[in-house]
Amino acid sequence: MATAVQAPEGDESRMTAGEARRESVVVRFAGDSGDGMQLTGGQFTLSTALAGNDLATFPDFPAEIRAPQGTLFGVSAFQIHFGSSRVDTAGDEPDVLVAMNPAALKTNLPSLRKGGLLIVDTGAFGERNLQKAHYEANPLNDGSLAPFQLLAFDISKLTLESVKEFGLGNKDALRCKNMWTLGLSLWMFGRKRGPIIDWLKIKFGKNELLREANIAALNAGHAYGETAELAGPVKQFRLAPADAEPGLYRTVTGADALALGLVAGAKLSGLPMFFGGYPITPASAILHALARLREFDVTTFQAEDEIAAICATIGAAYAGNLAVTSSSGPGIALKSEAMGLAVMTELPLVIVNSQRGGPSTGLPTKTEQSDLYQAVYGRNGDTPMPVIAARSPSDCFDVAIEACRLALAFMTPVMLLTDGYIANAAEPWKVPDAHDYVPFPVQFHEEMPETGKLNPYLRDHETLKRVWVKPGTPGLMHRIGGIEKSYDTGNIDYSAENHQKMTDTRKAKIEGVARYIPAQTVEEGPEKGALVVVGWGSTYGPIRQAVSHVRAAGHDVAHIHIRYLWPFPANLGDLLKSYDRVLVPEMNTGQLKTLLRDQFLVDAKSLNKVSGQPFRISEIEAAIMEMLNQ
Amino acid sequence: MNEITKIAPATTPDDWASDQEVRWCPGCGDYAILKAVQRTMPELGARPENTVFVSGIGCSSRFPYYMETYGFHTIHGRAPGVATGVKLANPELDVWIITGDGDGLSIGGNHMLHLLRRNLDCQVLLFNNEIYGLTKGQYSPTSRTGTRSPTSPGGSLERPVAPCAFALGAGARFIARTIDTAQKMMPEVLKRAYRHKGASFVEIYQNCVVYNDGVFEAFTEKKSAAMTQIWVEHGKPMLFANGTLGLHLNRDTLRLEVVNVVDGDVSQVIVHDETNKAVAAMLIEMPFPEFPVAQGVLYCEPATSFDQAMAEQEVKLVGDKVADFNALLRRGQSWEVKGEH
Repeated sequence: MATAVQAPEGDESRMTAGEARRESVVVRFAGDSGDGMQLTGGQFTLSTALAGNDLATFPDFPAEIRAPQGTLFGVSAFQIHFGSSRVDTAGDEPDVLVAMNPAALKTNLPSLRKGGLLIVDTGAFGERNLQKAHYEANPLNDGSLAPFQLLAFDISKLTLESVKEFGLGNKDALRCKNMWTLGLSLWMFGRKRGPIIDWLKIKFGKNELLREANIAALNAGHAYGETAELAGPVKQFRLAPADAEPGLYRTVTGADALALGLVAGAKLSGLPMFFGGYPITPASAILHALARLREFDVTTFQAEDEIAAICATIGAAYAGNLAVTSSSGPGIALKSEAMGLAVMTELPLVIVNSQRGGPSTGLPTKTEQSDLYQAVYGRNGDTPMPVIAARSPSDCFDVAIEACRLALAFMTPVMLLTDGYIANAAEPWKVPDAHDYVPFPVQFHEEMPETGKLNPYLRDHETLKRVWVKPGTPGLMHRIGGIEKSYDTGNIDYSAENHQKMTDTRKAKIEGVARYIPAQTVEEGPEKGALVVVGWGSTYGPIRQAVSHVRAAGHDVAHIHIRYLWPFPANLGDLLKSYDRVLVPEMNTGQLKTLLRDQFLVDAKSLNKVSGQPFRISEIEAAIMEMLNQ
Repeated sequence: MNEITKIAPATTPDDWASDQEVRWCPGCGDYAILKAVQRTMPELGARPENTVFVSGIGCSSRFPYYMETYGFHTIHGRAPGVATGVKLANPELDVWIITGDGDGLSIGGNHMLHLLRRNLDCQVLLFNNEIYGLTKGQYSPTSRTGTRSPTSPGGSLERPVAPCAFALGAGARFIARTIDTAQKMMPEVLKRAYRHKGASFVEIYQNCVVYNDGVFEAFTEKKSAAMTQIWVEHGKPMLFANGTLGLHLNRDTLRLEVVNVVDGDVSQVIVHDETNKAVAAMLIEMPFPEFPVAQGVLYCEPATSFDQAMAEQEVKLVGDKVADFNALLRRGQSWEVKGEH
């Protein structure tokens, strides 16, 4: 591929040499939470994907649904990073910031690259809005925006003009601002409007007025870019498509990929799926997605609370379904006792935790990785269960299938960790073919025991999993429960030897999972050396980019990314010990670091960030260099 | 002949008893309930392999271990949740929930509310002994105000919840009450509960011999039962005291009154209409000893059960949709990257 950024045909004049060398661009749309920035971002993402660029997105919105207009805490933003080469993160610094009001400008300007393009709607910079954003002087006039290329014009007024013929009220008409802005953005990057217009037709359906007004606003924004005599900074960028494996692609968010992966897991197991959930941010999207899939033998149940949700799931597992529950940290805390019941009764269950900032209610819409201790240790008694984590939106699909496989193969609950960032972020996904996955059909136990009495804790000698007998099976009636049971009969048994044996067995069963998972591989770099950066979950993108950059500069660094967090892959300890130093960047205060130190006695060091924002590549690069220079 | 051989042989009460040693205190009311249930199951035509008993935590919740059926002894208060999952996963199963006053109305009160309003097809047997037995005698949500216990040495301050009133308020469509020792009447109540499609709520007054002995004695004593209990039956006048007293609905005050029945003249006595929710509410809350304690099926007004509604909706939503998973993966806007790129 030649230059990544190209001028549109016959319009060389709009390009500057500086932009021509760019392989990727970061754009951030920011506005009031009622301004429709998430919709704008989502549709811009679709157009980016259809243009064949690789991309990563970061929806960043407040916990309030409609915060008071114009306030700093009501700002909602959507960042997208796209390019003609591989994109792993939503980008450290936006190159383009679209700020729909003073509050959006104030909260987002600090991240804009110096020299970056700033587009603002002057129509929203009235006295009242400036006050709400705590601006003493209008930043558009006081010279404070000098380090940036500023393009300030009255988007509000232009939008109102564009939809005038439809006779909407002022409020409804102004709501078309986001489509006007999207139209301008589509023009800037040489994108087609067709797919967005198709989407608007579906979205507004029979509401002809709103549909046509939004389309008109979109077209007007696009035409403005095309025809207006704009000074200086506005120009068309065109990035070449990214290199990608041939195949069919779509964009997918983590929540959607996870829901699809769970359905795939159920299909591969040959079982109906039962999903019990309770609304909680940012996990609800999985329940929403599955609730629409009845034809795939999926039953969803919105329970009265988190506890009922997991308990219904346990009941469904007992009755022979592939059972799944899902929540976020606070909800997972409520489910803890029931998780213990699932461990004790050895029933297969997938528990999805879409982590958010904690503790307590914490930061409901912001991302964090601080539930690893909770996942591994957070239950009463010795209550082990496998824990696995997804690294990116599309990875959620495979990890969900793997969680189903492990749960059924070992008759155990499995905790699947994802996070708010992965759940909401989108990326291009090469659509898999369901036929490429190896089925793991389930055999229910139906054999009459010779003694005439079933021991429900009859085990497979290899995996130690117990038999799964569905109620309804003649002759195999049995009772299970949270009370300790005899290893030999399944009857209540509190005896000392038996509790020791059952505890040891439960532990050995989960430790044995390590024999049935892939060995840990090195993502990038050598298998031994000066420094390894070890990550898990959604830090994958920034770690990968940081390690690539540092390696390109000639440094001896490797990247290991762990999917299987409990138990760890059998070779992980030896692998870590083959490096001089171990750096663990995490969006918590050092939880994986503690696990690694505990399990392998390695001197792992932490890089921590709990700001509710993902790591920047530069932050990890700096930590790597500091450690290498020590 | 074929038809006959297909029918499973009838069961006997022994077929429903597991080989587990019963571990309740000697004299506990739970024994009588267990016996009545085991005795009734054959009469229901139920099958042990299609029956699931789900319980929470407490003395009553040990019940499933003693039934030769499928059983799940879960965690405190959560039996309704587990039972919901069992029934939705396999609506063919007969699901029974065994719970107590603490399990079902304190720690699990919220789940009970939602189970009843959803109307999941199951039977709820709530053993009410007005005390926490398994934790050694603390006052419970049904304990009367002033109950002295280790956690209320000066007498409890809280007003008790009336289980059947709670159930009625929660939207239950079948509410019945019986007594552990009522071996003749309890099977009839259990049969009605079993046949009712939806959540059947049955409160059973159960005597805790160790921590709350005799708490119901005033109305359960056999000798005075005729005066202290009124067994209601749909379509029959509400009579007690061997037909010498009856309940009258005063249409001016909208209250029940006890009236004398002279020479069998029941014209002043209200006839039990079990679909009448307003009268059910009065029967449930009749103050004792001014009134007898109402027993039997107090309210029964069937409605579509949750599991049935879900099955019906599934048929409607799925329609003739084909479950093509690969097509699902490709749903929405997608693009092709060509090989030569």
